[in-house]
Amino acid sequence: MTTGLSLGVVVGYLLFALAVGLVAYRVSEATAEDYYLANRSIGTVVLLFTTFATLLSAFTFFGGPNLAFAAGPEWLIVMGTLDGVLFAVLWYAIGYKQWLIGDRHGYVTLGEMLGDRFGSVGLRALVAGVSLLWLFPYVMLQQMGAGEALVGLTDGVVPYWGGAALVTAFMILYVVLAGMRGVAWTDTVQGLFMLSVVWIAAAWVVSAVGGVDAATGAMLDARPDFGSFGGGTYTPGFIISTAITIAFGVTMFPQINQRFFVAKSGETLKRSFVLWPVLVLLLFLPAFMLGAWAAGMPVEVPDGANVLPVVLNEYTPAWFAALVIAGAMAAMMSSSDSMLLSGSSYFTRDVYRPVVNADASERREAWIARIGVAVFALLAFVASLFRPGTLIEVGDTAFSGFALLALPVICALYWDRTTRSGMIAGVLVPQVAYLAVVLSAVVGAVPTLPRTVAGGWDVALGLMVLSALLTVGVSLVTAPTADSDASRFAVTGD
Amino acid sequence: MSRLRRDLVWIPTFAVLVAFAVPWPLWGVDRVVAGLPVWIWWHVAWLGLCTVLFSLFVRSGAWERGMGRGRESGPGSALGGDRR
Repeated sequence: MTTGLSLGVVVGYLLFALAVGLVAYRVSEATAEDYYLANRSIGTVVLLFTTFATLLSAFTFFGGPNLAFAAGPEWLIVMGTLDGVLFAVLWYAIGYKQWLIGDRHGYVTLGEMLGDRFGSVGLRALVAGVSLLWLFPYVMLQQMGAGEALVGLTDGVVPYWGGAALVTAFMILYVVLAGMRGVAWTDTVQGLFMLSVVWIAAAWVVSAVGGVDAATGAMLDARPDFGSFGGGTYTPGFIISTAITIAFGVTMFPQINQRFFVAKSGETLKRSFVLWPVLVLLLFLPAFMLGAWAAGMPVEVPDGANVLPVVLNEYTPAWFAALVIAGAMAAMMSSSDSMLLSGSSYFTRDVYRPVVNADASERREAWIARIGVAVFALLAFVASLFRPGTLIEVGDTAFSGFALLALPVICALYWDRTTRSGMIAGVLVPQVAYLAVVLSAVVGAVPTLPRTVAGGWDVALGLMVLSALLTVGVSLVTAPTADSDASRFAVTGD
Repeated sequence: MSRLRRDLVWIPTFAVLVAFAVPWPLWGVDRVVAGLPVWIWWHVAWLGLCTVLFSLFVRSGAWERGMGRGRESGPGSALGGDRR
């Protein structure tokens, strides 16, 4: 009975999202620009929530409370700083600049913008290829999270593979039918839904345990170290390198970076920028504090299970717990939808069209994109069945991989003297080095290279510095190629 | 010109906003105020401050000048080069 109710809530939500997508499809024109960017007509509320919802994923919603439960509420500080403040500053420095440039030249992807500036198809394909590489584990992460969520929700009636498969099928169907306009609208619905549900959940649980004072008191009785700032996992090295790699990584995520091109007006970007820190806090505060407070609650969290569903099952009715899980799945779906869509546009525009078939019609390109989404999602689904690591491990790897792109891109945006060779060296070398670190942990035959050094400092942070040094250094010793055109990135005058 | 020079203040301002969103001065402090550890209140207040200052940054026009776009917008066209 409870399982039926829970499944009903989740399936009901999925159908609702599909309905929104179909309505959006009916008002869309079938061109590539509309499919990817909703004809650049996205307004403030939708842009804000579409960016917000794509940041929400299994990483934030399950990984965050889990870490707060195990290591203390400092995770709120790490995520709030990187998402609420550092990402907002980058939103201006990278996002607004890209919007201005994209507005002038009609770019749809990061690779397209850089390829045009440096007159290099190779750079364009390289940026797209690197992005698709790190997108793969991140899509996989959502499928893993969704599979685990349905197992927990239905008490194992729906097996892990069944949940992951259901979500994969739904993602493909949704993205293929609706494109960016559909994704943007469901993101808005999902973002509002998540914000409301997580506050109701916090209020419900806190009142059940006797108020905020009692919840914090019980937490400190069980884990006195949670009260003082820092300590344990949270070394300065961990806090700084996690905040920097994730914030810079997020700006290079295809689905986030592409959002920088979609705003209807500059005003939209400004308003979103101003509201961002508060919006981020509104989500993280209740979600992560619930995880931390759970340390003092008389609940049993089985190994490998997520904290949030356990707490909700203990203190709230079954239908409500199902609703929150539906919200979490909504967030993961939304992340996956956006990622798949952006990934497909990277593939068609930056790899397929320039390298394989330059004369493809727009209709053909749109169909290649849809087929690409299906293939990519299915491959990620197959990989997700092997469950190669925890949600946090898989997510962190992807964030750091993307972060290595950020400094060369900033260099290109602001420094006219940047050359094609500088960009290629600055992107390629750190990527190869980081890939070696990541693969050394997966391949048994080679010794595992360290991921962190000297008390929590992430090697990816060092590689970010290397990427900047290489981009600048190689640019200084090479001459701009004849095909490059620094004026492409000028945003003043006409 | 003096306006542009004043805009440079935003660079250290942003640096401070990012750096102290992490409550470093409260490292190791374990006081609980109004039900939450005091350093969580620091963070909450800090993000509120960020929104206020971000709003000031945008309204003062530094947002546009920072991209070198302060002057050339013709009469009638809103700052920010809105698409129509």
